[in-house]
Amino acid sequence: MKYALFTGCVAKGAGRELMASTIYAAERLGIQLVEMKDATCCGAGVIQEDNPLLADALNARTFALAEEQGLDIMTICGTCQGVMRTAQVKMDDPKYRDKVNSELKKDTGRTYAGKTKVKHFYQIIHEEYGLNNLALRVTRNLKGLKVAPFYGCYVLRPHEYSDTKVPDRPDYLEKMIGAVGATPIDYPEKQKCCGFPILMTNKVNSLQLSGNAVIGALEAGADCIVTPCPLCHLNMDSYQPEIESMLGRRIGLPILHYPQLVALALGASLDDMKLNTHIVRPNKAMESLIKKD
Amino acid sequence: MAVKFIVSRYNSETDAKPYFQEFSLDIPKGATLLDCMNLIEWQQDGTLTFRMSCRSAICGSCALRVNGHARLACKTQAVDVVYEGAVKIEPIGNMNVIKDLAVDLEPFWESLEKVSPWLMPDESIKYEKERLQSHEDQLKIDHASTCILCASCYSDCNVLNVDPKFLGPATLAKAQRFVFDSRDAETEARLDYLSKLHGMWDCTHCAECSTRCPTDAKPLSRIKELRTAAMSRGFTNNNGARHVLGFRESVGGFKGFGGGGMLNENYIPIRSVGFFNLDGIFSLLPVGFRMFIRRKNPPLIPHIIEKIGEVRKMFRRFDEYRKESK
Ligand code: SF4
Ligand code: SF4
Ligand code: FES
Repeated sequence: MKYALFTGCVAKGAGRELMASTIYAAERLGIQLVEMKDATCCGAGVIQEDNPLLADALNARTFALAEEQGLDIMTICGTCQGVMRTAQVKMDDPKYRDKVNSELKKDTGRTYAGKTKVKHFYQIIHEEYGLNNLALRVTRNLKGLKVAPFYGCYVLRPHEYSDTKVPDRPDYLEKMIGAVGATPIDYPEKQKCCGFPILMTNKVNSLQLSGNAVIGALEAGADCIVTPCPLCHLNMDSYQPEIESMLGRRIGLPILHYPQLVALALGASLDDMKLNTHIVRPNKAMESLIKKD
Repeated sequence: MAVKFIVSRYNSETDAKPYFQEFSLDIPKGATLLDCMNLIEWQQDGTLTFRMSCRSAICGSCALRVNGHARLACKTQAVDVVYEGAVKIEPIGNMNVIKDLAVDLEPFWESLEKVSPWLMPDESIKYEKERLQSHEDQLKIDHASTCILCASCYSDCNVLNVDPKFLGPATLAKAQRFVFDSRDAETEARLDYLSKLHGMWDCTHCAECSTRCPTDAKPLSRIKELRTAAMSRGFTNNNGARHVLGFRESVGGFKGFGGGGMLNENYIPIRSVGFFNLDGIFSLLPVGFRMFIRRKNPPLIPHIIEKIGEVRKMFRRFDEYRKESK
């Protein structure tokens, strides 16, 4: 299995632990990754608001690069995944694709043929690699670890742009958590919004949304949260101290990136996953697992 | 086969809080969820309260939360929402319940009124008959015009759930309908109002509204159109718009200079709060410091993609388009 890895901006910036754990997990699983060093930001739905056509052309350029490599794209950010799939669904209309391509060609000489597939790491594990295969490679028993899945909006909604089957009842994360031997925890906020996109516009609302999710998971008995989106991660981890002071209660709930939980089950050390760069430190439940071996 | 209908019951005058009651019903072939609700009311419990009128997805009165998500009961085939032999029915959210499944819609109407949902044309222009509009112009407001005011979007909006002052999806869709109306003369005043706190920039893109909307109104798409209009008309003196500018500048450069193809995560927050907003910048310090201590801070020299020239060229050319269209 070989993919063009679209890192997105966060894995190169404030979320470098996501990159480290992705590389670790992919190596152990035998998934070959070729980093797309020349791809741009996906626009995160923000450049799209400034100029939709330019944003689609940027993503068409990324797709064209992967086509030149002859590879499908693997994303590791829920927001990139949703935004890039939205661009693709729009460009499935050949008329619109021609329009975007004619812009793209002027500056880059490239065109997007509409062939390359874009899938998040978690879809690849689920749909292509296989959960059984993953389970076979688990070297660290995560039995007893209670993990709350947090999906993030972009991989679920709007439904017409989501590749998640039955997006109102997703089970991808739960199934992965089960496959690596941990226990998935159900709670009302798991499909809700983390609030990150409005962090700069309305911080109180943004952190209240994250706070609701983190507290929902905590009260359902979770030892940690796992999310496929590094933006959800930023709001729930880096801003957890602000959430605590805003809500006036101690939380201390570690937030894991999807590849970190996979890496953890494959035997990664704290360093391999760069877990010590998180703002919320691993708690007792996680530490005892890591110390056991 | 008998299906379990788990229905939320509540009487604001006598009950302390809502509770669930189970009804068992054989779903007749082809029955909508609303048909089933009627059967339950007629045959099992005449006190069950819910709203309905047209039975054909036009009046917008029958929205309910079905298995946790808002939808029109009359536009839903009952068998499609049965999971493991049961369906859960609750009143729509973000509003107070009056009785069982009927909510107090007052906040929804109040929000709509805030954006003056009526045409405000230039009265000094005299027309012979009526104010005509080209087909092309009509298409710009066509989607939003299909809204049936069912409040499904209002019910499931993530931001409204934490901030009742947020204008909300249906109201913003309605605002788009007038901002983009070629006959309206108050475009600038409308955009100015929508740019304020609790307005269009407070939406998180969670897309619940568009997912639940039973018509073509799809509020999130309309919100994006409003933001594009605000950006192109220069309504950029607020954090939301500056955040967009920060993206544009860090990916594609500023007036033809700089731009790395990727986000500069150190630049965006400062750009968003405003370069001269000392309080704003000060508020970023704690998180910045925390991340620095953990070596989680974004690299001070931002990442630049290999063939950045291609990308800067694209941004420069689109800037030219922008100037021309002005
Ligand atoms: S996309 Fe925006 S308006 Fe729509 S439901 Fe989400 S927060 Fe509300
Ligand atoms: S925008 Fe859609 S969901 Fe919202 S009130 Fe109108 S029709 Fe209903
Ligand atoms: S009864 Fe009128 S929309 Fe359902």
